Amino acid sequence: MAIRSLLIANRGEIAVRIVRAAQSLGIRAVQAHSAADAESLAVRMADDSVLIGPPPAAKSYLNIEAIIAAAKDKGIDAIHPGYGFLAENADFAQAVVDAGMIFVGPDAAAIRLLGDKVAARKVAKEAGVPTVPGSDGRVADMDEARALVEEIGFPVMIKAAAGGGGRGIRIVDSFAEFEKQFPQAASEAAAAFGDGGLYIEKVITKARHVEVQILGDGTDVIHCFERECSLQRRRQKVWEEAPAFGLSPEIREKLTASAVALGKQVGYKGAGTVEYLYDGDTHDFYFIEVNTRIQVEHPVTEMITGIDLVAEMIKIAGGAPLSIRQEEVAISGHAIECRINAEDPAANFMPNPGTVDRLSVPEGEGIRFDTMLYEGYTVPPFYDSLLGKMIVHAPDRASAIAAMGEALAKLEIGGIRTTVPLHAALAQNADVRVGRFDTKWLEPWLAGNPLRPETTKAEHAQ
Amino acid sequence: MSKLEIKAPMPGTFYRKPSPDSPAFKSDGDDVAAGDVVGLIEVMKSFHEVKAEAAGKAIRFLLEDSDAIMAGQTIAEIDG
Repeated sequence: MAIRSLLIANRGEIAVRIVRAAQSLGIRAVQAHSAADAESLAVRMADDSVLIGPPPAAKSYLNIEAIIAAAKDKGIDAIHPGYGFLAENADFAQAVVDAGMIFVGPDAAAIRLLGDKVAARKVAKEAGVPTVPGSDGRVADMDEARALVEEIGFPVMIKAAAGGGGRGIRIVDSFAEFEKQFPQAASEAAAAFGDGGLYIEKVITKARHVEVQILGDGTDVIHCFERECSLQRRRQKVWEEAPAFGLSPEIREKLTASAVALGKQVGYKGAGTVEYLYDGDTHDFYFIEVNTRIQVEHPVTEMITGIDLVAEMIKIAGGAPLSIRQEEVAISGHAIECRINAEDPAANFMPNPGTVDRLSVPEGEGIRFDTMLYEGYTVPPFYDSLLGKMIVHAPDRASAIAAMGEALAKLEIGGIRTTVPLHAALAQNADVRVGRFDTKWLEPWLAGNPLRPETTKAEHAQ
Repeated sequence: MSKLEIKAPMPGTFYRKPSPDSPAFKSDGDDVAAGDVVGLIEVMKSFHEVKAEAAGKAIRFLLEDSDAIMAGQTIAEIDG
């Protein structure tokens, strides 16, 4: 069934992105919004909008009943969940289908399967994807856990099977610590996720975070190459690139083929991301998890491949086969994305909602700014702090970093503090420029207070 | 006796309890010492403690748990 109307059950910059994609396909875009988002850019741009509840997300963007009711009221054909909120909620995906509409994403069973870390790891192994040494599923008890740790060695991670986004993870270095933490982790997981299941994994030190974008139509699966997302703070990505630097053609081929094999194993439908840890020294890569949604950092892939991932996932949801063959997907140049947040990087990333009294966005070849901001917009305090994503595309990595530095220097967001100074400093950093970093690089660097006001002033004076 | 106001340092959602199943930090009528936590403000998915800057008696909350608040809004009053 072709989709004629699409409800966007999300907010912020991704809602704007989805409204644009829908309208480019001639689809009527209807924006679902909370009372706090009535004046949002997505609402203004959409063909129609519908109120789904009060500001707190639990009562609006996470309220399945309210969203389904609003969609029915508006005669909607399909619902796009964006990322976060209900994007990877299998019950929501099922509720959409049960209400006679299309969910833009994989079916509920695939979301459930891949959202369970233990089940996903099993699928990955069956597909021949390398996994991190660890338990092949939930560990039954302390004895089994102890025997496994003796075999794989410290440090190990104790993970809640139902956790995610960095939640429910403990890292231990010794048996004494392990004996103490394991039972605590079990009871904490039971309390937090309603599921005390744990699994154990070896910690890969000095790992980079590399992920492969896949697209599937339920029959065929292709990849759109990989992204590098190692610069993270509190397990949140700060700076992303495509492609990953320093990968030989052989490693890239093995990595992307493994993601396609995993997708085919489950008959994947829609846009998805297979995440890996990559050891730059040994060139080994290990499966982490599959994200069954469009990701924040999807634009870097779009820039280097020319594929509109959001439009493609909507077309697939409408029943179309993949419009691109694998051999048509090629890497052109290098792209970088910086996540601009309403946080003050010089004050321990204190959130900084408020009114944007001035906005000036650089334009030009290879520059893209995905945002929900406009002059006069008041950023509400109720949701995450992402304001926009500065994306640049250039012939190679060095020129992309230089272009990012220039674009950030020209970006003006007045009235609120943002993380732009952090990104500008990263674009100047020697380690970033040569690609000498892993997932453990950014936090120690930040601990040295590189952005304290005195430093910034001194640099400006020079 | 003067009346002291405890104001919100930032906008967001105000919580009177550390977690949904816990008792409130302070109940109406409680005495407050300087530095006591009287509530939490959730702003952009991060939580910040609201502390009393000075000691006082008989706290009176002007907000309910999980109310939306503006920066500078009075959360509670105490007798100083």
